[in-house]
Amino acid sequence: MASITFVQPDGTENVVDAEPGMTVMEAAVKNSVRGIAAECGGACACATCHVYVEEAWREATGQPEQMEEDMLDFAFDIQPSSRLSCQIKISEALDGLKVRIPEKQF
Amino acid sequence: MADDVIKTDAVIIGAGPVGLFAVFELGLLDIKAHVIDILDRPGGQCAELYPEKPIYDVPGLPVVTGQELTDKLLEQIKPFGAEYHFQEQVDTLERIDDGFRLTTDCGTQFECKVVVIAAGGGSFTPKRPPLPGIADYEGTSVFYSVRKMDAFKDRDVLIVGGGDSALDWTLSLQPVAKSLTLLHRRSEFRAAPASVQKMLELVDSGDVTFKLGQVTQLHGADGQLTGATVKGADGESFEQQTEIMLPFFGLTMKLGPVANWGLNLAENLVPVDTEKFETSEKGIFAIGDINTYPGKLKLILSGFHEAALMSQRVHKYIFPDKKLIFQYTTSSSKLQKKLGVK
Repeated sequence: MASITFVQPDGTENVVDAEPGMTVMEAAVKNSVRGIAAECGGACACATCHVYVEEAWREATGQPEQMEEDMLDFAFDIQPSSRLSCQIKISEALDGLKVRIPEKQF
Repeated sequence: MADDVIKTDAVIIGAGPVGLFAVFELGLLDIKAHVIDILDRPGGQCAELYPEKPIYDVPGLPVVTGQELTDKLLEQIKPFGAEYHFQEQVDTLERIDDGFRLTTDCGTQFECKVVVIAAGGGSFTPKRPPLPGIADYEGTSVFYSVRKMDAFKDRDVLIVGGGDSALDWTLSLQPVAKSLTLLHRRSEFRAAPASVQKMLELVDSGDVTFKLGQVTQLHGADGQLTGATVKGADGESFEQQTEIMLPFFGLTMKLGPVANWGLNLAENLVPVDTEKFETSEKGIFAIGDINTYPGKLKLILSGFHEAALMSQRVHKYIFPDKKLIFQYTTSSSKLQKKLGVK
């Protein structure tokens, strides 16, 4: 199991346990974490599961691939740490991962 | 106008896989349908969100893409000659003596005996950037689509985005507008290479200004935009003067006018029974992702099942005096005739 922390815009934290192999988006949806809409269900087609990866975890989570980078064009307030959480696969190596949820998925 | 009213048995709202399959199930029972969709083509989410992505849980098709499934459904329902009305949204629904009258945002009117809502996650509408106060400018300075190019004649126009819509409108409005600025968060574009090439040529010739950045704030008063604060690629903010802003950030799904039709709703879904898939209003059915009932799964295959059962009930409304004898397409020569295979 890997522990994933979602930080809400108001600072509250949701800590969930996730099985390796699922995506960060799935971990959020399964645990009813607020602020992850995931309208398209994980097809990398809607940009409503946008998160900011905490600095310390950016290397471990890697860079977005072309399709994800294209889809990020449809998200709001993109920062260098922006990722679509449906494209981050959880592994034991990501145990402790912390991501921030944007003010709005739009 | 009354002469132009389209009269039909059933109106299906939504041309996604479930709406399309409803044409089939209704058609087998001799029920004629018109299909209305806000998108410009059939397929719904399958066409808009994942045309090229594989679906693995449609029975009998180990793997099929959203577009392939749409194409196959269109082929399957072809014998029933349903008529399609794309790029239209049903705005109002009213009860009349013999059923319902529907009016779309384009003014098209339908009179039908039953309504089948197969609207999936709702209608696709342009994404509205969550900028404070943006609603005050919508329709006067901020537009999500272009209806009349003349409205932008001799104005300073700011187009935001890097997809096909942003690029297409940059090219189309540049000759009309006083000035045209394209703003995008990066220098790569997810758009047709030919459009990107043309845009870059216009930038070279000085006819279009391209800037890197993201809008963070709008300025203006009384619905009239005067400018926007933009966070540039280097993180520094700058002011961009403009009278008009056209943000193109793709589409999202909203329940839309369905919410105003007097149906019982539960968290933006339409509750139905599991025998007929009828809503709280007699004669109005809801099938596919838009409905809810105990145990509901948002699967295409569930929607197909719902379409079949809904059609049985609709038959009673359309042909109250006819007894419906259940038949299989494999063995019934009557059904095969309808399908054009006999």
